[in-house]
Amino acid sequence: MAVNTDKNSYTVIFAAVMVVIVGSILAFMSSSLKDRITENERFEKQQNILYAMGVNDNVDEGSVNFVSTDKVEGEFKSYIKEQLVIEGDKITENDEAYLIDMKKQMALAAKGETAKLPLMIGEKDGKKYYIIPMYGKGLWDAIWGFIALDDKMIVQGVYFDHKGETPGLGANIKQRYFMDDFTGESILKGTEYAGIAVAKGNNDPLNNTKDDNEVDALAGATITGNGVAAMIKESLNLYKDYLQTVSAK
Amino acid sequence: MALLTKKDASLITDPLADNNPITIQVLGICSALAITAELKASIVMAVAVMFVLGLGNVVISLMRNIIPSKIRIIVQLIVVATLVIVVDQVLKAFAYELSKTLSVFVGLIITNCIIMGRFEAFALANGPWRSFLDGIGNSLGYGVILIIVGFFRELLGSGTLLGYKVLGDPIAKTGLYATGYENNGFMIIPPAALIVVGIIIWVQRSRNPALVEDN
Repeated sequence: MAVNTDKNSYTVIFAAVMVVIVGSILAFMSSSLKDRITENERFEKQQNILYAMGVNDNVDEGSVNFVSTDKVEGEFKSYIKEQLVIEGDKITENDEAYLIDMKKQMALAAKGETAKLPLMIGEKDGKKYYIIPMYGKGLWDAIWGFIALDDKMIVQGVYFDHKGETPGLGANIKQRYFMDDFTGESILKGTEYAGIAVAKGNNDPLNNTKDDNEVDALAGATITGNGVAAMIKESLNLYKDYLQTVSAK
Repeated sequence: MALLTKKDASLITDPLADNNPITIQVLGICSALAITAELKASIVMAVAVMFVLGLGNVVISLMRNIIPSKIRIIVQLIVVATLVIVVDQVLKAFAYELSKTLSVFVGLIITNCIIMGRFEAFALANGPWRSFLDGIGNSLGYGVILIIVGFFRELLGSGTLLGYKVLGDPIAKTGLYATGYENNGFMIIPPAALIVVGIIIWVQRSRNPALVEDN
């Protein structure tokens, strides 16, 4: 039987049926896989936080190696000593602070409302790490990450990630040769809060100068690099008051 | 090949050479420019496109007699988008690491003109088996060019292959860099891919003059 596929009524019915079928497939997939996906995302967040404070399986140079997923929960509990939620002047402890969505909180802060800012305090070899989540914009989509500071406001490690930066260019912000450059930089200039710029042509590709508030940019990824610098600046800005109390101690 | 008739086999081999989607049909150029700065990204993209195009061609081919011609482009788009999202969700649940690597490619696959082009030009008029072969063939042809371009761009632009420093260390000045060789930063940026693709087209057409169009 040949169906007349040119008729308007057929077209409309086909479109409607197709939408229902595709919609149900996607809805079914999404709801049945949701638990597993959230679990994976939670592990990933823990891995990223630990990575920023230097708890990872990295070997010498090379690629990023997280603590493995089956160990991460235990490691996270043993290294992260305190999790704080900073709400204006009010600071409370919360064991699930790390799950707070930084994107929403930064949007609140931008509107001038009080945001709930998560901050993780880790301890490794007797040294304290203040780990702050960051969120910003790259060239195509969102970028985010974590930065670990010591009480002198020196960067101890960072982790960056992105949603859709160009592979081979902007996507390289999550490569070690970019992230490792941040370690040792200060977020202060003198006593002023300055952030860290991602600079082109600072004549320091090896990043030997650690007191210039600059790291070497990635070739061909100017906008992503600027996004990283802006993300660090804007995110840390929200924590300025708290960090001042830390560095004043 | 005993498995394939000669006509079927040509569905696989033609796109590799004289009917290459990138160099002859000039489809899929956008992704060929965007993601070939590294060899690894090229390979991942080639495999992902092969999966989506092979499967998508079969689905479209099975539906070819019931798709209303007025909205066929939308239907094709929905099929690609659904396939890609389903794969993305399954990977997120069961192979999270892999899904992180692939996530940037999702948008590029959905909008890849080779996929829409093959649905439109082949799958709508042919049976599922031949459509599947056509999909595999075209994605191989696409992948070969991507890998060639990625190889040269990564080698000349960063001095590495798949992340390994094959030419020595540019900062410590070892290997080839000790002789004063420098990486060509131009190869990193997308216009370099156009030039490499241009050279491939040039080589291909001078080897086979039948491909040169008359003016």
